This record gives sequence, structure tokens and C-alpha cells, in this order.
Amino acid sequence: MKKELAAKIAIFALFAVICLLILIPFYAVTIASFKPGEDLIRYGLNLRFDVSAMSLDNFAYLFTGDHAYFKWFFNSLLLTVVQVALTLIVSATVAYGFAAYDFKGKNMLFVCVLLIMMVPFEILLLPLYRLIYDMGLMNSYSAIILPGVASAATIFFFRQYLSGVPKEIIAAGRVDGATEYGIYARLILPVMKPSFAAMAILNGMNSWNNFLWPFMVLSDDNKYTLPIGLKTLLTPYGNNYDLLIVGSFFSIIPIFILFVAFQKYFIDGMTAGAVKG
Amino acid sequence: MVKRFLYSQKVAPYVFVLPFVLVFLVFWIYPLASSVGMSFQKVTLGQEAQWIGFDNYAKLMGDKTFFKAVTNSAVYMVLTLVILIPFPMLFAVLINSRLMWGREFFKSSFFFPALTSVVVAGTIFRLMFGEMEGSLINSILGWFGLDPVKFLKGQATGYIALVALATWRWTGVNILYFLSGLKSIPDDYYEAASIDGASSWQKFTRITMPLLKPTTIYVVTISIYAGLAMFIESMMLWNGNNSPKNIGLTIVGYLYRQGIEKNNLGYAAAVGVVLLAITMIINLAQLAFSGMFKKEE
Repeated sequence: MKKELAAKIAIFALFAVICLLILIPFYAVTIASFKPGEDLIRYGLNLRFDVSAMSLDNFAYLFTGDHAYFKWFFNSLLLTVVQVALTLIVSATVAYGFAAYDFKGKNMLFVCVLLIMMVPFEILLLPLYRLIYDMGLMNSYSAIILPGVASAATIFFFRQYLSGVPKEIIAAGRVDGATEYGIYARLILPVMKPSFAAMAILNGMNSWNNFLWPFMVLSDDNKYTLPIGLKTLLTPYGNNYDLLIVGSFFSIIPIFILFVAFQKYFIDGMTAGAVKG
Repeated sequence: MVKRFLYSQKVAPYVFVLPFVLVFLVFWIYPLASSVGMSFQKVTLGQEAQWIGFDNYAKLMGDKTFFKAVTNSAVYMVLTLVILIPFPMLFAVLINSRLMWGREFFKSSFFFPALTSVVVAGTIFRLMFGEMEGSLINSILGWFGLDPVKFLKGQATGYIALVALATWRWTGVNILYFLSGLKSIPDDYYEAASIDGASSWQKFTRITMPLLKPTTIYVVTISIYAGLAMFIESMMLWNGNNSPKNIGLTIVGYLYRQGIEKNNLGYAAAVGVVLLAITMIINLAQLAFSGMFKKEE
């Protein structure tokens, strides 16, 4: 028994130390948001907790200053909501097609879904950039939403989920004279509801944090999303560091609140791919 | 007539999967094909493309900067694999054991970093690894009497900063993957092993590791992919795509440099095709080696 207690304490100590290491950057960015931006240039990000050097100036500037931060914030919010809604509905529809029917070419098409998950998106950056340019979609949110609207990972997850839904629902719908689309919209979608939460979180997080592709296609700073806007503040002169640090801190808050409220769905969404190996 | 056709049970499935087919053809197959095509051409925006055969590839083979980029990406991938597979697996097993206090608390706090965007996380790490004496890492080194280090100016220390960033962001996520894998191992196996007098270590190597294999394969696969395709992390740490002596240049960074910054689209496409080939070969080799293809027998 004594040995067991010792093991418990050792494991707890190990985790406490790792936890501390993981939380240090959060602590540093939190206290830095109360310090003047020039401190960052002079000393870098550090652990010094010095009340006399701390103030709410950065927060005052964030909420009242003349800058585009909240423009970016709401752009990101809008883009995330629209992108998640469209991606979920399109991907769920496609997943239903794969799950409910046997049709010619189904297996081959499903291999294509898996293939998308295996090709690094980055190698498509340039041809996709050219395509978006030719389609006249540069500097539009369509350019960000359309390429990912039938998300392979989301289709895969929904199809797995639907394989657990009894086929009798569909058969019963047909007996009642519902059309194929009516069955999907009125009978299947309500059953799928629980699986939407996890995928909304996964897609929402990806969309909120998405950087490279939006950075390439958006050129108008009125349309910048939060990550792009924050990146523009990271100048070599460091003249924007007040806003950069308080803005970075503030951008984490909404996701933290969502995470604390919907932790289960975050975990389901993140581990969706690994469930079946 | 049209309506009856569209509503028939034979046609409906195609209507359902149509959005995928369209997106796949327009935004994947077409760009992929044009990427392969472009890699055999000399392409500059606004000019007629010229077919030049394997010239881009030949040039690539003698391009020292490209090999620097490949080396950096490969080193980064290997280091992330070495750290982000065994440790999260071990932590997951510990979290799952009955000796664990504060299970839910640690699970959530380890996951926190994954909630931040690369931009925010990269900014934080850039400032933490700053070269000033007062920056976080250097002040910790100072406690031990060590001199400040210019992390982002040296090769080895640059790798340390990159890998630290990856470790910080992904440890918690990989723990979750392994935890979900552990859930599928029945408790009876461990009970039976206990009755036979197996030690904890034996249980770990004979039961846990083999039965976690599907999860491990999954995590290794996505880590290889993510490691080789890493770019924004480096872009954030060095605040742009240029680092001293290219110590932070990755394959995708080189693709971006050639394609977007130098407008050398054909050459950049060749870089992309090589990256695709490397990723596919390593992943297929890994899957074959771990016996993934024999599963159906």
C-alpha cells in the first residue's frame, strides 16, 4: 500500500511539473498584456511580475483605440460561422449518400475521400492560387470556403456515425411515401444532430485559426481575419506590440470559454479520426 | 419527367455525393494535375508557359537551398516523431491508470495549447526565445548561471525552438488520441495478466503497445504528414520566410518562396511534386512496415 501511495505521488509530481511547463507561456502572455509593448522589445516575453510596471493601458487601447482589431475579430467570427454551417451541411449530405446507398462507383469515390486526407494541402497552394485568380475569386471569402466545403475528414466522420443509424428508418420513410430527399431532411438529419456538435467544434477551430490560405487570397485589409491581422502587427520595428500582445491574449479567450463549456465535443471532434484507426 | 428521374432511388445517391465530386474535380484533381503539368514547364504569371521537360527536376537535384529545406523538414519530422509519440503514449497510460490523481484537470490543461492558432503560439514562442537576456528562456538559463543564447540565429537552437513549439501544441492532442485508443482495450486482458503474475512493464509491452498499434499508426501517419508540410511555425518564429542561412527554411517554405515570392511557378510546382512523392513513399513504407496492408487476411 505504501508503495502505491509513493507511485501516486511520483506520478502526480511528474504531471504537475509538465502542467506547469505547458501553462508558463499562457502565464507569460497574460502578464505581458498588462505591460507596455516596449518591454517586449527590450526584454522579450518573460515571467517578471511587477505590479508597478503593469497597467490596463493595453486593454483600454484594445477597446477604445483607433485600430482594426475588432474588424478582424468580427471578420473571423463571420467567416467561421458561415464556413462551419456550409461545410457541415454539405459534408453531411455527401456522407448520407455514401452511407445509405449502394451505387456504381461508390467505392472508388470513397477512396478519393481518403486520398484527400493523405495529400498535403500545401502542395496545392500554387495551382489553387492560380485557379482562384482565374475564377475571379481573389480577395473573397468564397475563395476560402469553397475548396473545403466538402471536407474529407468531416464526411468520413459523418459516414461512420451514420453506419450506426438503423436502415429501418429509411425503409419506413419509403413505405410512408416520403421522397429520397424528404427522408434525409426530415428523418435522418434530426438523428444526426449529436454528431454535428463535435464536427462544428473541429471545423470551427480550424476555421478560426486558419492562416496560410486566407493570408494568400485576401489582400484587402478590410477583409483580414484575426490571425492575418495579428501577423501584420508583428513588424521588425515593434511599434505595434501593445496591440499584438493584448490582441493575442484576447483572441484565445473565446475559444477557452467554448472549450470549458463544451469540452466533451472538443475531445470527440479532435479524436474523430483515430477512433477506427 | 425530370423530377421523377431526379427523385428515383437510382439517381438520388449521385445527387447526394455530387458536391463532393465537384469539389474534388475542381479543387483537387485539377490543381493536382496542373501542378504536375506545371512542374514540366517554365511558368511565369502573365507569360506563355513553355514545356521544358525534366529541366526543373534536374535543376532541383543540384539546388543546395532545396536540400537545406528538405534536411530541415526531415529533421523536424524525425524530432517531432521521437518526442510526440512515446511520451504522449506513456502519459496516456499513466492518466488511464488507477494511480492517477486529478485526471480530468491534467487532460484539459494539456489540451489548452492546441486551442491557440499557430500565429498566436508562434508569436509567443518567438518572444519567449528572444535573444535578449531578459526573455523567458534566457532568463531561465540565467538562473543556472548560463549565458544568454541567440536561439533563432543558430541551427541547433533553431530546431529546439521549432520542436518546443510543436511539443507544446501537440502533446495534449496526442495524449487524447492514445487515450481514445486505450479505451478500446478490455480490462479483462490486464486482469488475466495480473493473475499470471505479469509485471506492469510486461503488461505495457505485451498488451498495451500491441493493442494500441492502430492508434499509433494513425498518429505516426499524421505526424509524418504534418512534419514534412510544416511552414507557418517557421514563418512565425522567424517573422517571415527568411532566416539566417536558411536555418528555418522548410520544403513548403521553399515552394512558397519560389512560387509566390520569386514568381517561379514551374519550379515551385516541381518542389510540390517532390514533397508529395516523399510524403507518399514514407507513409506507404511506414504502413507496409507496420503490417497495415495485411490486416484483411
